[in-house]
Amino acid sequence: MDAVQTDPKLRRDPAYFALRAEIEEFFYDEAECLDTRRFEEWLGMLHEDLRYFMPMRHNVKFGQHDERENSREDYGISWFNEDKWTVSKRVEQILTGVHYAEEPLSRTTHMITNVQVQTALPSVEAADEITTSCRFLTYLNRVEYETYFFVGKRYDRLKKVGGEWKVLHRRIILDQNVLQAKNLSTFF
Amino acid sequence: MSFTSRAADYVDWKRGQISREIYVSEEVYRQELETLFTRAWLFVGHESQIPNPGDFFTSRMGEESVILVRDKAGEIHVFLNSCRHRGMKVCRYESGNTSLFTCPYHSWTYTTDGRIRGIPLYKALYEGNLDRDDWSLIEVAKLHNYKGTIWATWDPQAPDFLTYLGDAKLHLDQALDCRDGRPGGSEVIGVHKWIFPANWKFAAENFLGDTYHNPSHRSVDMIGIGPSALQGVKGRRDNEMEEAQHIWCSFPAGHGVHSAIQPEGYEFVDTFKNDPEIGQYFRHCHEERKRRLGENARFLPFVGTLFPNTSYHGRQPRSLCSWHPHSANETEGWRFFLVDADAPTKVKDFLREYYMRYSGPAGMTEQDDLENWLYATRASTGTIARRHNFNYAQSMGASSLNPVVNGIEVKGDVSLQVTEHMAVGFYRRWAQYLDREPWDVLLGAGDERFHAQAAE
Ligand code: FES
Ligand SMILES: [Fe+2]
Repeated sequence: MDAVQTDPKLRRDPAYFALRAEIEEFFYDEAECLDTRRFEEWLGMLHEDLRYFMPMRHNVKFGQHDERENSREDYGISWFNEDKWTVSKRVEQILTGVHYAEEPLSRTTHMITNVQVQTALPSVEAADEITTSCRFLTYLNRVEYETYFFVGKRYDRLKKVGGEWKVLHRRIILDQNVLQAKNLSTFF
Repeated sequence: MSFTSRAADYVDWKRGQISREIYVSEEVYRQELETLFTRAWLFVGHESQIPNPGDFFTSRMGEESVILVRDKAGEIHVFLNSCRHRGMKVCRYESGNTSLFTCPYHSWTYTTDGRIRGIPLYKALYEGNLDRDDWSLIEVAKLHNYKGTIWATWDPQAPDFLTYLGDAKLHLDQALDCRDGRPGGSEVIGVHKWIFPANWKFAAENFLGDTYHNPSHRSVDMIGIGPSALQGVKGRRDNEMEEAQHIWCSFPAGHGVHSAIQPEGYEFVDTFKNDPEIGQYFRHCHEERKRRLGENARFLPFVGTLFPNTSYHGRQPRSLCSWHPHSANETEGWRFFLVDADAPTKVKDFLREYYMRYSGPAGMTEQDDLENWLYATRASTGTIARRHNFNYAQSMGASSLNPVVNGIEVKGDVSLQVTEHMAVGFYRRWAQYLDREPWDVLLGAGDERFHAQAAE
């Protein structure tokens, strides 16, 4: 269920690699914003109709993974399942300076790798809406000894608005069942 | 290492002081597992998680994994999740439906009522030496289904669940009953599970009704994340209790709650304003509830902890939470989110988004609690730190037995001001479990607060 690729794989030609490079650059810009705590600037990279979703991962029997491994976007509880207003509230909360779970601020490094473009509309050459997959490794260290690694996959839908890419839909697949962290106080 | 101290010596309830040892000592922790988690009633799960025969949900009791299962005949059981042969965990799925639990190690199989179905090569290897009926999965001593919530204890001597719950029942009901006052009817729509480096009692105590820790949540209160926040309402909830008298209650079995009682003739407070349709739905629930419950509708729940480690958030948001111990300084939180099972999808969607932004490790409110519990545990482990008690003197002597509040008698040792007396009551019982006191004592028999006459 993680790697939903029903469309035929895009041809790996120069136009594809150019588009991929553009998207990689976009993801690196996001990471740079987050890791240098330019949170408001990062919000600007998100589409107004954003859906930001991180399911919980369940231990299920072989054969049930498609159906039951991940909590659902349209029903029940997940780690995150929110719109741009809520993500913006999270930024606003950090900027109060009294959100003690992020005060003092954590040190983070967001790494993005294995970037692939899965679909591109209307075409790779003239793409203004695409879906992508990638892997992330997010390192978070706070105060003195608290250190967490968040590792997983990310499936994004990006759309061009006024010539700039914006994240329209983000599905974050964290490879953990019981969350191995006291908080999810960073962005993905 | 055996427990050589007397736990009662750690809890100086007369002066309102408690030793830090109880939050950091490995020895105290081992004793909690031995004599507290083996006796107290523990929350295991919810009926809605196992609606059909063969449905199971793996849960925890203390440090140990258990299976909550509905057998083929429809009866609910709780079993230790460990094979009788060599202890292999017989079920490593979180939930599902099965007719057999097959042990991966040597393939003993158990039916959903815990009995052995098959032992490979039984005739050749065991016949005459092993009676299959004696080797069923280990089952809890008692189990109770209270309005859909499943509770269990390992102690056959434990009082029945309703006796154990006592007068905290009225308050728990407010969390479990439908928003329109019909009894029960809740369902679990998901369970957050996360592990954090803090002693489990910090979390349990917080939900007894530590109203004093409000400043921790200043950031969410400043920005507003509640169900009316889109209308510019600040705070993390709607303030529907502005006119109410808040009550903080301690109960003989160690439970503690923070609730509120609306004044006579109170009106609906405009809430859930982010969406007029949702607001209208809750106005309707409010009126129905008033009609059904009469004067008792004036009770509103806030938070509570049922001794020892089950907490609830009764209204905004609405959930049950177990604080499972892993070690003296490690706890696994399981937050079970509740909605009325028959609420419209739109209402459930509205609520779940609110729950997610408020609660759990990604919740904007709960994150700040976690920060507190972690660093309070860590900063209490030192040799010097351990020599100095925590202070619980807040509002000492300000509570009374069964007072009448806004025209309604409130059962319990009740304070009308922010207080820590529920925590003191909790730790008095806690010490008695560790000191292996009998059940009448654990239910408050020797506690002068609940026996005013006898003490005079
Ligand atoms: S441990 Fe289960 S069959 Fe041997
Ligand atoms: Fe809190």
